[in-house]
Amino acid sequence: MNAPVKRLTIALAGNPNSGKTTIFNNLTGTRQKVGNWPGVTVEKKEGVIQRDGYELKIVDLPGTYSLTPFSIEEIVARDFVLEAHPDVVIDIIDASNLDRSLYLATQVRELDCKVLFALNMADVARSRGIKIDAQKLSELLEVPVVFTVGNKHEGIDALIAEAITLSERGAAATPSRKVKYSKDIEAAIGALRDFMAARSDLALPYEPRWTAIKLLEDDKIVTSRVLEKTGAFGAEILAETARLRSHLMDRFDDDPEILMTDERYGFIAGIIKEVVTTSTRQRVDISRNIDLVLTNRFFGFPIFFFFIWAMFQLTFTLGAYPMEWLDAGVGWIAQGFSALLPDGLLKDLVLDGVIAGVGSIIVFLPNILILFFFIALFEDTGYMARAAFLMDRIMHLIGLHGKSFIPMLMGFGCNVPAIMAARALESEKDRKLTILITPFMSCSAKLPVYIILAGAFFGPRAGTVIFAIYLSGILVSIVTGRLMRSTLLRGADAPFVMELPPYRVPMLKSLMIHMWDRSKIFLRKMGGIILAGAVIIWFLTAFPRHIDYTTDYTAAAEQVGAAFNERMLAAAPEARAALEAERRTALDKIETAREAERTEKSYIGRIGRFLEPVFAPIGISWRGGVALLTGFVAKEIVISTLGVLHAVDSADEGDALQRALHRTGMTPLSALSMMVFVLLYLPCLATIAAIRRETGSLRWTFFSIAYSTSLAWVAAFGVWQGGRLLGFS
Amino acid sequence: MDSMRLSDMREGQRATIVRIGGSGPLRRRILEMGILKGTEIRVEKYAPLRDPLEIVVKGSHLSLRVEEAAQITVEKVR
Repeated sequence: MNAPVKRLTIALAGNPNSGKTTIFNNLTGTRQKVGNWPGVTVEKKEGVIQRDGYELKIVDLPGTYSLTPFSIEEIVARDFVLEAHPDVVIDIIDASNLDRSLYLATQVRELDCKVLFALNMADVARSRGIKIDAQKLSELLEVPVVFTVGNKHEGIDALIAEAITLSERGAAATPSRKVKYSKDIEAAIGALRDFMAARSDLALPYEPRWTAIKLLEDDKIVTSRVLEKTGAFGAEILAETARLRSHLMDRFDDDPEILMTDERYGFIAGIIKEVVTTSTRQRVDISRNIDLVLTNRFFGFPIFFFFIWAMFQLTFTLGAYPMEWLDAGVGWIAQGFSALLPDGLLKDLVLDGVIAGVGSIIVFLPNILILFFFIALFEDTGYMARAAFLMDRIMHLIGLHGKSFIPMLMGFGCNVPAIMAARALESEKDRKLTILITPFMSCSAKLPVYIILAGAFFGPRAGTVIFAIYLSGILVSIVTGRLMRSTLLRGADAPFVMELPPYRVPMLKSLMIHMWDRSKIFLRKMGGIILAGAVIIWFLTAFPRHIDYTTDYTAAAEQVGAAFNERMLAAAPEARAALEAERRTALDKIETAREAERTEKSYIGRIGRFLEPVFAPIGISWRGGVALLTGFVAKEIVISTLGVLHAVDSADEGDALQRALHRTGMTPLSALSMMVFVLLYLPCLATIAAIRRETGSLRWTFFSIAYSTSLAWVAAFGVWQGGRLLGFS
Repeated sequence: MDSMRLSDMREGQRATIVRIGGSGPLRRRILEMGILKGTEIRVEKYAPLRDPLEIVVKGSHLSLRVEEAAQITVEKVR
């Protein structure tokens, strides 16, 4: 008989770059689940492992420097400890960065939970001449301490064993030694605690001393939760808090939260004096030497652009090979189904809807894998922070963080990985703004549209026109950035106080986990939405099945066939090949004419006709309108739809389509208007799926769609009407 | 005395933090990163576009924007 499995939840807390993720990866390996914390776009990682008859759920909290609720990450981390009550919190302390690690550690310890310290990277610290007395640290803070070297898998087992022991220990886990604040502050904390304790019937949501400290720090979240729980008495608590706060402010001429931050560091300085011995031996700071080159005034930018260029090149060139194989694979599967299934609706659905739709997205997988490999490489080595350091000045003009540069640049390739790359941004506002403006970076799928239109109507000036279109996209993103910063996403952009962590040699395992985790999300989530969207578009194009054609195409085809058959019999054998080709052309012509009429009369054609009044003021015909609608699935489709609607044989698309566009009355001005519209209007299905996924908000997704599409219409309206006023056509 | 703004310091200079101005979250965030009154810092370098700047505090490298550094008063160490 098996003993019932004991379940424990262990949370990992720590500074960014403290080696927390490495320890998490070592613990859980590939058995980890990546998702989002509920309601926010912060990545949540957890993994379940079996150890000594326990089932341990390891939760990787977001890396933070503090637990004051400024950023989403900090709120998420604190809430998890407060509300989900993990059995043990392991706080990872970067031995080579003891001050700041202990700052977070003292805050974690103030929470009402069982804490264990992992003193990580002590080897690095030792090499810098810093020796830490773990025994003493453990005694001073009354917290068990375990030495670990995350990237060498040292101490990990001991850490888990200690966590299990700690969880089995009695409830009295809160250490008696607290951070001691100065006399006046302690007096205020005591007064507020007693004030609340006087009403013993009140159930405070959290531990009393901690609650008092947070109230005095003017912590908005704790304040509102205390108010919820204490009802009418809440107002009195608030008044008492305000009184004590203003007393402290008068006394010290500074906010209590600032005073307490200062004193915590004072407390930490005391601990450090006791546990750390520094030898004078100063080693060469390798990271600093690397930075002498990589963030050098002259070389910094060229090297950065080289790296970005290389990433871009490799993503799209190296990715092109597997992309071809996948494409061939998709074609092969399509052929298989084509042979297997009988002609009919099901076959059309599978081939034109499912396989064509999903196939057009799955081919991006190699690109995404390679791209995420590079992004993981930049992050794990520490170069990402340097890139932000270099670019911040420029990005700050748009109200963005230096790190926004990478997603925006990727946008020129494909918006899907670009939007997913926005994960590297810490602040949620920055992330949302970056996601909103990234689609204005004209992606590579839009290029064929520009090439056809500009080529047809601007001749030798086509290159300049296309360049101007790209430039307009950048301009729109700048304007949007500034606009949003002063309206919807107002508020100081995240302070740039950012750590430039020491460079590290990345671990292949960690890179692979990083890359695969993110790609998995792409495959799973994109698959669902893309599939649905592709089927809907297919349905709109394929239905209704029965169309009253103006001409009897079948009869026409038979006639042509019969006529050729007669001529074939009469012709000399050597002329037959030419005749055969002629016959095929004639038949194709009838077939394309039929396809054009069918599309015109399909639901999507009818929608196009219906929307004609919308497209007329911007100089786009109903055919253009329908093409734009189908471009919702993927931008490349705009061209193929135009081809279908203009009854252009797919074999000689380019030139013939351009002639057909001229014939149906498109002018340079309306072509320009259409290009502007394509540049700005609603992103493709895959991108929308990515936006939905990354912002975690349906409202924000719809806002993005509505904003870009109305902007596109207004801009195209300006081009068309303004151009006509100026006398262009 | 040699009181000046952090943003006016040159590369390679050392200073002691005298006062951290500004308000709200930014100010607290600066403190939380260990940039405190009395801490000794060194200006490592300015970014190629002269903003942000990199400072070394207790052995770790931090970057902050010039406008943020302008809120910090320091005293030069010679």
